[in-house]
Amino acid sequence: MYSNMKITINGNIKEFKHESMTADELVDELKLTGKRFAIERNGEIMPKSLFKQFTINDGDSLEIVGAVGGG
Amino acid sequence: MNKDELIIAGKPFKSRLLVGTGKYRDFKETRSAIDQSGSQIVTVAIRRTNIGQNENEQSLIDFLPTNEFTYLPNTAGCYSADDAIRTLHLARELLDGHNLVKLEVLGDPKTLYPNVVETLKAATVLIKDGFDVMVYTSDDPIIAKQLEDIGCCAIMPLASLIGSGMGILNPWNLEILIDTLSVPVIVDAGVGTASDAAIAMELGCDGVLMNTAIATAKDPIMMASAMKKAVEAGREAFLAGRMAKKLYSGSPSSPVSGLIK
Repeated sequence: MYSNMKITINGNIKEFKHESMTADELVDELKLTGKRFAIERNGEIMPKSLFKQFTINDGDSLEIVGAVGGG
Repeated sequence: MNKDELIIAGKPFKSRLLVGTGKYRDFKETRSAIDQSGSQIVTVAIRRTNIGQNENEQSLIDFLPTNEFTYLPNTAGCYSADDAIRTLHLARELLDGHNLVKLEVLGDPKTLYPNVVETLKAATVLIKDGFDVMVYTSDDPIIAKQLEDIGCCAIMPLASLIGSGMGILNPWNLEILIDTLSVPVIVDAGVGTASDAAIAMELGCDGVLMNTAIATAKDPIMMASAMKKAVEAGREAFLAGRMAKKLYSGSPSSPVSGLIK
C-alpha cells in the first residue's frame, strides 16, 4: 500500500501516488517531456543529465522554469 | 563597412541592435518584428513554467529557435544579487550550458533603477562561475569602469528609465563611458523612437538594446525595421566622422566666386 507524496511545485502543493520518484518520472507525470525547462530542488539545480538518478521525495520543494518574453 | 562587427565575449555579430521579446501581442508578432529588426541577440526572461495546463501550448523558443538566435537570458524582476545569480544558473541549465547573460539587479519597482551595489556583487560571483556577463547599469562612469574591471563583457547603461521611452537624457555621461571603457558599450533602456537609437550610435555606442519601443509601437514590425535602419545609420555616421559644429560661422556649400554681377 503506497502512501501519497506531496511536493511543492512553483509554490503549489501537488500530490502524487508514489512514495518517491525520479526526476525523469516527475517530468513524465507533468507532461514536460520534450520541453525546454530547468528544475531546482530545495534550492539546488538538478542537471538534466542526472534526471534518471535524482529522487524526488515527499516534502520537496521544486521550481520549474522556462524562457518567456522579456526585455 | 563589411567587417564592422560587434564583438561580444569573442563572438562576432553583424547586427548592433539587440532586442527584447516581451510585450508583443503574440509569438508570431514577436518573430516578425525580430526578423525585421535584423537582430541576432534576443533577451528572454526566466519564469515559472505553467504546470499541467495546456500540454500543446507553444512556447517562445518554438518561435525563436536557439540555433537561429543568440539568447540573452535576463534577471528582470531581481532585486538582490542572490536572486539574480540563482536565476542565471537556472537559465544556464535551461539553455544547455549557455554562458552569455544579461545581468540586471533592480533597486526600486517604481523606477526600475539599477541597484549598482548588488549588481557589482552579482557580477563578481557570476564571472567566477564562468558566465559572460553583459551588465545593465546606470550611466555612472565610475561604476561602469568597476564593472569592466571585474570582467563584464559588455557594459549596458540606461539612456533613461526602462520602458520610459524618454530617449537619451545624458549624452555626456554616455560619451565618458564610451571614452573610458574598452568593452562594448550598449545602450539598454530608454530608447523611444528611431532618432534615439541613431543618436546613441552617433555618440559611439557599440550597440543598442530595446524592447518596449518596438513592441508597443502601433506597428511593431514597421518600428523594428525603423530601428534597424536607425542603428545602421547612426553607426555609419559615427564611423564617417561628423563635421565640426560651428556655432556662429556659416559656411556656404556653393562656391563664393563666379557670382553673376
